[in-house]
Amino acid sequence: MRFIFKTHYDQDLVLFKHAGARWSYGALAVILLLAPWLLSEYLLSQLAFICIYGIIGLGLMLLSGYTGQVSLGHAAFLAVGAYTHALLVGAGWPFVLSLAVAGTLSAAAGVIVGLPALRVKGIYLAIATMAFGFIVEEILARWESVTGGNSGKQVGPPEFFGVKLTSTAEFYYLCLVIAVLATLGVLNLLRSPIGRAWVAIRDSEVSAQSMGISLARYKTIAFAVSAFLAGIAGALYAHKLRFLTPEQFTIIQSIELLLMIVIGGLGSVHGAFFGAAFLISLPQAIVWLRDYLPDSVANATGLQPMIFGLILIVFILFEPFGIYGRWFKIRTYFQLFPFYRRGLFRRQRAFQKSERLK
Amino acid sequence: MQLLQILLSGIAQGCIYGLIALGFVLIYKATETVNFAQGELMMLGAFIGLLGFAGWGWPLAAAVLLAVVVMALAGVAVERAVLRPILGQPAFAIVMVTIGLGFVARGAVTMVPNVGTETFALEVPYRFSTVTAGGVVIGVAQIVVIAVTALLCAVLYALFRYTRIGIAMQASSQNQLAAYYMGIPVKRLNGIVWGLSAAVAAIAGLLLAPITFVHVNMGFIGLKAFPAAVVGGFGSLPGAIVGGLVIGLAESLAGFYLPEGFKDVAPYVVVLVMLWLKPNGLFGETARKKV
Amino acid sequence: MSGALFEAEGLSLHFGGVKAVNGVSFSVRAGEIFTLIGPNGAGKTTVFNLISRIYQPSAGTMRFNGQDLLAVAPHRVASLGIARTFQNIELFENATVLANLLIGRHTHRTTTFAQELLFTPAARASEREFRYRVEQVIEFLDLAHYRDTMVAGLPYGVRKVVELARALAIGPKLLLLDEPSSGLNVEETEGMAFWMSDIKHDLGITVLMVEHDMSLVGRVSDRVLAMNQGEVIALGTPAEVQSHSAVIEAYLGTAVMAVEAAY
Repeated sequence: MRFIFKTHYDQDLVLFKHAGARWSYGALAVILLLAPWLLSEYLLSQLAFICIYGIIGLGLMLLSGYTGQVSLGHAAFLAVGAYTHALLVGAGWPFVLSLAVAGTLSAAAGVIVGLPALRVKGIYLAIATMAFGFIVEEILARWESVTGGNSGKQVGPPEFFGVKLTSTAEFYYLCLVIAVLATLGVLNLLRSPIGRAWVAIRDSEVSAQSMGISLARYKTIAFAVSAFLAGIAGALYAHKLRFLTPEQFTIIQSIELLLMIVIGGLGSVHGAFFGAAFLISLPQAIVWLRDYLPDSVANATGLQPMIFGLILIVFILFEPFGIYGRWFKIRTYFQLFPFYRRGLFRRQRAFQKSERLK
Repeated sequence: MQLLQILLSGIAQGCIYGLIALGFVLIYKATETVNFAQGELMMLGAFIGLLGFAGWGWPLAAAVLLAVVVMALAGVAVERAVLRPILGQPAFAIVMVTIGLGFVARGAVTMVPNVGTETFALEVPYRFSTVTAGGVVIGVAQIVVIAVTALLCAVLYALFRYTRIGIAMQASSQNQLAAYYMGIPVKRLNGIVWGLSAAVAAIAGLLLAPITFVHVNMGFIGLKAFPAAVVGGFGSLPGAIVGGLVIGLAESLAGFYLPEGFKDVAPYVVVLVMLWLKPNGLFGETARKKV
Repeated sequence: MSGALFEAEGLSLHFGGVKAVNGVSFSVRAGEIFTLIGPNGAGKTTVFNLISRIYQPSAGTMRFNGQDLLAVAPHRVASLGIARTFQNIELFENATVLANLLIGRHTHRTTTFAQELLFTPAARASEREFRYRVEQVIEFLDLAHYRDTMVAGLPYGVRKVVELARALAIGPKLLLLDEPSSGLNVEETEGMAFWMSDIKHDLGITVLMVEHDMSLVGRVSDRVLAMNQGEVIALGTPAEVQSHSAVIEAYLGTAVMAVEAAY
């Protein structure tokens, strides 16, 4: 909670608000660039996964966190992107073009899924998106000629002008670059009229309309951008896993994505990446934890979902601002030391208001 | 006659969906929360009934009562422990908590040694018996489902029509602060609603158990009950049952007349069509903010 | 009337059997402050909602600047130059005051999606321009102190002012104010009266408002329209309307007339 003396409007516009931020992000950038030399191969591949999930998280954050449109079928966009890309590179298309088409097709799917959003809200929209998710999953399984159905589809490594990126480090850099570009793009949108229009739609639709914001247009754009990001993430996902099956894109995956942004911190770009890091590291933590648990618990198939569920509940009960929220509070504590007060971030006690009448 | 058979099985399945949807709508009407763990509550109810009936050898009626009472108490406990502290947070957060509860319930059941990962049959006396009427073979289990659903609906209808609880619940879901001011014991009411909803889920689970099996992933049927609740109009109790019947029939007919795979997506296609035609469901009300 | 900025002819809205607005006709001249008064339920806010195109009228026409309003979609009303405030404040709660006002500037957006995505110098210049205009409104209404505060944490009186500021940020020709002084104390109402006068004289914006505070109405209005039960009962200067018998009857009932007759 630094107090910055502002003398120019630009200081409110820039991404790095003060010199300290530039240093910290600079250091982060250096660490990320040097990662192949600092981390083991396994950790590096996990970091690539974090980048991929971070991109999806950005999209979902944008849609659900900033525009307030619930999406319970987001895995469907991931699937569209993954399969489209797999098909196109399999047919010999260049990587970048295939990536663009995969993203665009996902965006188109996003526009279609977003159509109900123009008429319904809240739980109805959530169920509509969930319905789309199931339908896409079924199509993937049935359309065997294109997707290989339940027997799956193989995907080769990414290829640029004939050069295959087979090593973990090369693939990691690819994911990192795309993640950084995606983050910059999203941050730019959020500090522009579009981003503000999205927030307006979330907070009061009637008001937003009277400010000249076309609800239909901006909701559609939100769905499209969100799906586009999921689509390109899906393409990278396809390369990472090398093998696609419909079971990788079920409602459970959609719920895990939502879990990711809620635990990460709803409504912040940092939250998407914190959430991604959480989602990727949790299975590892559970594997480690297994050694310390009694047999029946450790070997239960339901251990992972159960721990996910417990952590989700704990976070929502005790830290509704998510991991990023907790991080922010800790940082503020040190910045304001010893003047930090617990009440600084206390939410005003709210009573439940009907969201049907929003 | 085959058509009648299909219709009947669709209606019976639809009643199960309707009962689960009823649980959703009960909670939604009172607290405007959607309980994504309803299917898991159903699964737990079925397991408890199994425990009483097959595990401890109790008579069926006692096992049913055990399941209903335990689940009702569990519902109240869940509301008290997990949901009450987060009231006031956006609906999205509360939905995520219920999803988390569902995960926890599923996971916890798999940890019970020897039981969690197995599939069991609830050996009720009428499990395989059938009745033949006019050339149509009807499973007694299906008749029991339909009859119990109808009875339960009548009881709940009377509860909401002739008592003040129904109005109190609606009031607290629309504006909690005002409800408090009017002297409505909002927290206690929420607890009662969750208990009631869990009990309904337990009954649904016990009705379903003889037809399918009792296993830890039984709750996924709950996901099909969502389209049922939406079709009927989230917020309408008769709508939940009607929605369930629509979905059950759609599924049954799709399974027979359409190629393989359509049966599974039928509920979802129906719900999308319904949202296109009537955005608030069959019996839902269009609430609009007055500015 | 060709000099009118806004005119409504035979405006009606029926909800089933209820005639919320019935055959309302009036015109607002450019640069004037025109007030709608009437008891609760008279249909004043409904008229506003009709003008903002939130409701579709059952009958009648509306013209703004010569343009037929009925052909305009709700989200296009602001770009025509009509801004409004809401009776029960409809601010964006989870945003700062500055963000709320910047959203008000939306109709002046000239950048495309691509420009915003890449945050080109054009987008940056546009943002600076928005900020400049919004700062003018902040200065006009003394909101500098609250610029970076979340709306959710603001007291009611300040929210009312932010609501007004947001409407001004649109840069409107016609400002619809729905009960601007409701919930405000005497000092705040005084402030509101001065601001309204400034809006008319310094900014040249036409104001159409709904108001219950008769002293405020008398002070700032050029013309007043009295409504009751969806219909127009009087139109004229504040003094004319306030002494009109039908208006007195609507507000106070016929007993007053009988008492006056007895004397």
